[in-house]
Amino acid sequence: MQDILNILSYVFLVSGTFFVVVGAIGTVRFPDFWARLHAASVTESGGVILILAGLCLQAGWTLVTVKLIIIGLFLFITGPTSTHAIANAALVSGLRPDTIVKNPTSDKVN
Amino acid sequence: MRAITYTVLLAALWLLWSGIYKPLLVSFGAGSVLLVLLITHRMNRVDGDRLDISLNPIRFIGYFLWLLKEIAVSNMNVTRVILAGTMPIKQNLFRIPHTQKSDLGQVIFANSITLTPGTVTVETEENEFLVHALSYSEDDLHSLADMDRRVSATEMKSNL
Repeated sequence: MQDILNILSYVFLVSGTFFVVVGAIGTVRFPDFWARLHAASVTESGGVILILAGLCLQAGWTLVTVKLIIIGLFLFITGPTSTHAIANAALVSGLRPDTIVKNPTSDKVN
Repeated sequence: MRAITYTVLLAALWLLWSGIYKPLLVSFGAGSVLLVLLITHRMNRVDGDRLDISLNPIRFIGYFLWLLKEIAVSNMNVTRVILAGTMPIKQNLFRIPHTQKSDLGQVIFANSITLTPGTVTVETEENEFLVHALSYSEDDLHSLADMDRRVSATEMKSNL
């Protein structure tokens, strides 16, 4: 049982690390601010959830797990809120995506 | 009644946070709970602003599990875009109407949009959100409308 939990937790940790690295690669590769925002959110959601889940399995039924879950819940609320704040600040200061699909709804924006 | 709920909640949180139950530390904990109660009591006199959580807990847990699945799927999609040689980006800003009655419901919907990689809520307005998508397709409108329905379903109707 312990072995299975250990293997599962390593799978979570390694795949979580994978998403963190992918987010970093995306942040470098993507062309403009708006696209980079999405790359960062891969690190923020997938990476964070998987790494916290892996750490929870390592900790077992202890207070550490409770704290990890609470950290996860905090990040679930604060992460998107700060992303929204950054995106909104960019919009208000007049930054628009480099390439934008033209359609009836996007025309209303500009 | 509210004060009792507060005390139990704060004490439970302190006990979960601490993990060391020596008499001295527990008395510090009791002291800090009392201090927080005192401060919140004073704050309440200054502004009576409070948040009513009108969510159906069982429905919300169901929604949360569904959201985790959505996050997994859209993570894979964005990962594919990042690692693809050509980076098929098709950015778009578009508006999505929201149907939640409470502020909390709208916050949950807006944050859910941002939590799923590939879409970010940029601006919130009276009846709609301005959303930015990384690789836009017509399907985004449908899946976001579906998410909107699911968030609205977690709201409790009786309180509104």
